[in-house]
Order: sequence, then structure tokens, then C-alpha cells
Amino acid sequence: MSGLTFTLLAEPTQRLDLSPLTPQKLAGLSAGEIEKIELGGGGDQVKVGDCFKVEGSDPETIVFEGGSKRLDWIGTDMEAGSIRVTGDAGALLGRRMTGGSIVVKGSVGPYAGSQMQDGRVEIQGDAGDLAAGPMAGELRGMCGGTLIIRGRAGERLGDRMRRGLVAALGGCGDYPGSRMIAGTIVVAGEAGRMPGYLMRRGSILLDRPPQELSPTFIESGPWFSAFASLLERHLMQEGIVDYPFLGEGPMRYVGDNAVPGKGELVISSLKV
Amino acid sequence: MQNLTVNGVIIDDTFAEAFGMRATAIIITAPSRQWALEAARSMTGFATSVIGCGCEAGVDVELSPDETPDGRPGVRVLIFAVSTDELQKQLLNRVGQCVLTSPGSACYAGLEGTEPLKLGSAMRYFGDGWQISKRLGNRQFWRLPVMDGEFVCEATTGLTKKAVGGGNLLLLAHGGAEALAAAEAGVEAMRAVPGVIMPFPGGIVRSGSKVGSKYKSLVASTNDAYSPVLRAQVASELDPDINAVLEIVIDGETDEAVAAAMRAGLKAVIDLGPERGAQRVSAGNYGGKLGKFQYHLKDLLP
Repeated sequence: MSGLTFTLLAEPTQRLDLSPLTPQKLAGLSAGEIEKIELGGGGDQVKVGDCFKVEGSDPETIVFEGGSKRLDWIGTDMEAGSIRVTGDAGALLGRRMTGGSIVVKGSVGPYAGSQMQDGRVEIQGDAGDLAAGPMAGELRGMCGGTLIIRGRAGERLGDRMRRGLVAALGGCGDYPGSRMIAGTIVVAGEAGRMPGYLMRRGSILLDRPPQELSPTFIESGPWFSAFASLLERHLMQEGIVDYPFLGEGPMRYVGDNAVPGKGELVISSLKV
Repeated sequence: MQNLTVNGVIIDDTFAEAFGMRATAIIITAPSRQWALEAARSMTGFATSVIGCGCEAGVDVELSPDETPDGRPGVRVLIFAVSTDELQKQLLNRVGQCVLTSPGSACYAGLEGTEPLKLGSAMRYFGDGWQISKRLGNRQFWRLPVMDGEFVCEATTGLTKKAVGGGNLLLLAHGGAEALAAAEAGVEAMRAVPGVIMPFPGGIVRSGSKVGSKYKSLVASTNDAYSPVLRAQVASELDPDINAVLEIVIDGETDEAVAAAMRAGLKAVIDLGPERGAQRVSAGNYGGKLGKFQYHLKDLLP
């Protein structure tokens, strides 16, 4: 069985809600039935067949050929299987997913990996603001799994994140790990201002000093722990970094004492 | 009973009788091989027999830095007990007193078992509120602040109910030196087998026991049939030219591991020959009525 491929016919005229197109929701449906699925998200009634050419049959492996910043909610509530997007994707990629994997070749909009519980999301381009964060009014962001952004992440990466691993390898905007509850954020590249703003617990690991360090973080000295190498090895195994990026005795800052929090901000001792 | 002779060593047509046990394993790492071994030696001390020690424990293998979770030298330790509860209690007491306390140590699961046993998830309270939980993939670790930095300890390790305790070889020799040489050769060969420990001092036990005693309060007492000094007074198993007997006891993660260790030990003893080592090899059993596992020596010959 070949994977199920949705080839975008043209740039959509409105935002599309692609949450019905996950391996679980498409299991057992014929191509004809899939083409009749309605995609909300904009003013007009749009069906899958209006926007995509549907080929293949195995919904465990879904491919979106061509991409667009208007393709929202890809992989929402996904439980298993894989989704690949050959171009860009819109907002809320992998929202609340509990398993499986998503790979996006291009860049994505805001709220990527929002409230994801488990599984793996890899974005080869950039991500918008609030990746791994909660939507408005929600009390927690990402709760598990792995979110990798190979490009640059926007502002407030990992806002209110509770568990899991987020990596932004092309830097990130201001306030990464804002209001973080727990979990791990790794940033390689230029990080914006005030990482860990109002964080309670959790770890933020940077490969270089951020643009501005919050005055409410206190220096706790160089960090020597077996956990540093455990973490570095995990990151290398996951293909996130390819060298032990923290170096010997990276500097550790704790905070945010404005909350007060018991989080940590670790800055690599290696020169970049 | 028809005995075989291999390379001049008499092999009794008998079997070792062993019991099902609960077991777990942990990996201890440290800044150097020496300190990994120190922690392991400490936590596996006084763990020769479940009768008086609560558990039987020992070092399974040493691990090179590229075989451990944190890239430091380490050892894998196996711990055996008769019940899950006792195993859990012994594990926490021993890791808490001997591994947590050892300089630079860290402690990880050494077994993926069917059920978890608490490790860091119980020891975390030592952190007094400053402990940090970290999850990497599907493994959870606790970081406890200690005076030389952080003690890193995986939350749980695995339990196996397929472990076997009490595999054994009895080595009968002309004198004490020969018996010891044979036992040392046997233990050395068995140490190369993965998944087993020989819990007695240096892997060797000289006070083998029988079930029961003339004293009501004792459940076991000296194995008089194999004691050369009682040859003239009891129904002895010893021929006139046997003056010393030593035993190797083996606990294994699996039935197969125990058999492999006994096979390796038997080969080493036979290779040593009757002049320098054992003249005769036997094994301890209870007539096949008590233990679930039987290891017949004739099936394990090289």
C-alpha cells in the first residue's frame, strides 16, 4: 500500500482546517469518501476534493504535496502514523497530538506543537510565535513529546510548557520559556531577550548568551553534572545537535525569582 | 549412579537444583572505573545469601564509557531476592546508603522488566524540595543536589520474575589448594558470562549447607556429607583421597544464563585437570523436590 498523498491544486483562497486529515480519522475511508470531507476554517464550504488531488491509500503515511501558510491544524489529535508536508504549513501544526510523527519541509505559522502530548514534530524551516504554547485562556502548553525547529522560532517559544523537549536550532525570538512549568527547551543560535520570563521550573539550554538576561535570574556557578552528558547524548541520539554543545562546566542561572521559580537557564561554555 | 570421567576429572551423574527468584539490575556510573567499582562493591557487600542478607547481589559486567547512558565508566549490578517487596526494600536501602553516598556516582535502570521497581522516584525525597525531575524520551530521571554536585538517578528500573538462584558446582579436590585453584578457575570463566553473579566471597563458598538441623531453631546446617573431617562419622560422600570441597553458587537473570555459566565453569575446571584442581565435580540438590530448575552436569559438559 502506498501512502496517502494530498497534492495541493492551487494556493487556497481561504484558511483551511486540515484537522480531519489524520491517520486515525482517515482509516477505512475510500478515496471518494475522503474527497467529500469538508474543511472548515474560512468563509466558504470547501471539500478536500476542491483543494487537493488525493492519491494512494495507506492513511498511516500521509503526505501533503506542496504547502501553504494557510494549511492550519495539520495533525491535530494525531495518535500514530506519520504526516509529511513538502512545503509550508499554517498555524497549530500538531496541536494536541499524542503520538506519531510530523515533518514539515518548510516553515510554519504560530502555535506549532501547541499542547502536544507525545510524538515528534520536526520543522525544517522557521516557526511562528508561541510554538509549543497554549492557546488563549489555556493553562498549559506542550505536555510531552519532541518538537524540533531547525530554523528560527518566534517569540515565547514553549510558553507555559509542562513537559517534553523543544529545540530551536536557528535561534528564537524574545521570552523563550516564558511562564514555563517544566520541560526542556534547547536553543542553538541567537536567542532573544529575557529567556525564562516568569518560569516556575524546567530547563532552558542555550548555546550562547541571550540578547538580554533577566535581572531576576541569579548566577549559580558552573554546572557539573552527569545529567549534562545524559542530556547531550539524548539530543545527539535524536538528531537535534551533533556535538556535546554545553561544553565543560556551562554557566547555570536559576529563576525566575520574580515568581519565584526553581527553573534553570544553562549557557554553554563553548565559544560560538 | 554412573559417573563420567573427562580429562581425568570425575563428573557425578547428578544435578544442581535451583529456584525461581525476583531480580533487578542497575547501572552505576562514576567519573572513573575505580569509583564505579567502589560504589558497586559497597552496595553488593553483605549480599551473599538471601537467608541472612535479604538479597544476593554482585557485579554482572563492567561497562565502558560508550556503553553507559552518560558516557562515563560504569558497572552493571544484579540483585536477587525471594519476593518483589524484599527486592524493592533491599534495592532502595543499598542504593540509598552506598550509591547515593559514593563520590560522583549516578544510577540508571539496568533492566527493562515487566514491572517497574522504584529507584529515583523514592530517593528523590532526599532532595528536600530541590530535586528536579527530567524526562528524556520515555525515561525519567531525578537530579538530587548533593555536596559534589548532582546525584542523577533514573526514576525506576525493571523487575524480572524469570531469574534463577542457586545454580551450583561442588568441586572435590585432594587438598585445599587444589580445591581453591579449581574454584578460582571456575569463577573466572563464569564471570565472562553475561547475566550471572556468584554472590559469595570471590564467588566461592566453603560452608555448603543441608536443609535442617538437630537444633530446632535452625533451618539449615553444615553439609556434613561433604565435610572431610566428618568422613568417619556420617554417611559421607567423600572418597578417601578427597580432603577439601568448595562450592560455586550462581544466580542468573534467566535459566539460560545459569546454564551457560555452569557450562563455562565446568569447562574451566575440567581443563585445569585433577592434578592441579578438582578430582571430582558434583552439584547440590534436594532430590529434585524443592527447586523448579535442574541443571544436569552431563548436559553441560564441554
